[in-house]
Amino acid sequence: MDWQDDGIILSARRHGESGVIAVLLTENHGRHAGMVRGGTSATKRGILQPGNRVRAEWRGRLAEHLGAFALDPMVATAAQVMDSPLKLAGLSAAAAVAEQSLPEREPHPRVYDGFAALITTLGMEELGIAWVAAYVRWELGLLADLGFGLELESCAATGTVEQLSYVSPRSGRAVSRSAGAPYHDKLLCLPKFLGGTGLAVGDGQQDFDEDAKLRHDLAAGLALTGYFLETHVFGVHGQTSPPARARFVERFNRSDTISWGV
Amino acid sequence: MSNGDIDHLMRYLARLPGLGPRSARRAVLHLLKRRESLMLPLIEALKQTAETVVACDNCGNWDNHNPCAVCSDHRRDAAVICVIEDVSDLWALERAAAFRGHYHVLGGVLSALDGVGPEDLNIDRLVARVMDGNIREVILAMNATVDGQTTAHYIADRLAGRNVEISRLAHGVPVGGELDYLDDGTLAQALKARRGV
Repeated sequence: MDWQDDGIILSARRHGESGVIAVLLTENHGRHAGMVRGGTSATKRGILQPGNRVRAEWRGRLAEHLGAFALDPMVATAAQVMDSPLKLAGLSAAAAVAEQSLPEREPHPRVYDGFAALITTLGMEELGIAWVAAYVRWELGLLADLGFGLELESCAATGTVEQLSYVSPRSGRAVSRSAGAPYHDKLLCLPKFLGGTGLAVGDGQQDFDEDAKLRHDLAAGLALTGYFLETHVFGVHGQTSPPARARFVERFNRSDTISWGV
Repeated sequence: MSNGDIDHLMRYLARLPGLGPRSARRAVLHLLKRRESLMLPLIEALKQTAETVVACDNCGNWDNHNPCAVCSDHRRDAAVICVIEDVSDLWALERAAAFRGHYHVLGGVLSALDGVGPEDLNIDRLVARVMDGNIREVILAMNATVDGQTTAHYIADRLAGRNVEISRLAHGVPVGGELDYLDDGTLAQALKARRGV
């Protein structure tokens, strides 16, 4: 048995003296583990960093065996973001979420494509903090691929497509500003970059500048996907969100001292 | 053929890094043939080391004394602390003989995969050392890995606003390295960290 595929390193754990068990998110073979012989060597250690894109060749006697990877580096993402604490935290979070949530050896090409797109946005300096929106969209895509897609196009109560401000934590559907106002404290905020109105009702949004509104929107997006990942993906298996994601969210929320007023 | 004591010793030796069952068997045979000249002195050295070597309360280094020889050396610059992952990194830096300050051994790095959090590392003691005062610079000498740099950023955050300069080791072309053979990530880092000549 052998196959070749493009992949993204999710994790690499030392095995024995010089071997490493690497877990990759591959385009057509899903989350797949394999042994990398000599993986602790100086030449291979740099490749086996989470987030790096590789060309992988997997060989095993039987399909169900762990097998061995031969990896060729394609894009050294980890090295590109090492200077940026937030991007490094985001990359680690994405790798940890993918590893913990995706079933093994089940193809999820859209999740792979989303991860690859996220890696591309991490390298775009001109985006500033807005790359976090790509991260949130990737998590939304992951939720959808795992069967927990959110419906954010119209209001669950009235059917309107205007003034969508909230997301119901129960149904995962958008709720309009007027229909959701009485339940303001119980609903999740639908950020602007996902088609919502952004800041929630009565929050005095005129007091915030554009940068603060964007940061609020991104924080709301992280809270939105975090809630559904926690309750529908990790929680059902008795797990919590990976610590790497918690550290990323904590760092993002700490990256500005503006009080959001929500 | 089974021999209780020899098997017992081989099983222990096989647990050491760099040794497997075959090499452990060779080591046992070698020790038995040189009982007086090697085996008994080795036993004595192991016993002595186990009894006397302790972790330094100040920096986490292993030494016969507490505080360790590095911490109690008055010729070293106590105002500069080099933060490292493990004692092996301390030995590597001492071999290079390029650093004359003090060290702080973390005992690992943050790792989501292995469940290592900030509370599992020797970070609180580092913060306490900085808060005690008289520290001018903290050098974060973690490995150039995702986990290593995540830990470095975390420590930089913890030390922010404490009136201490925080620096980190350069990443880039190694001495004797040829550009043609370097990986893309190292080259990108080297270009980013270029400096005037």
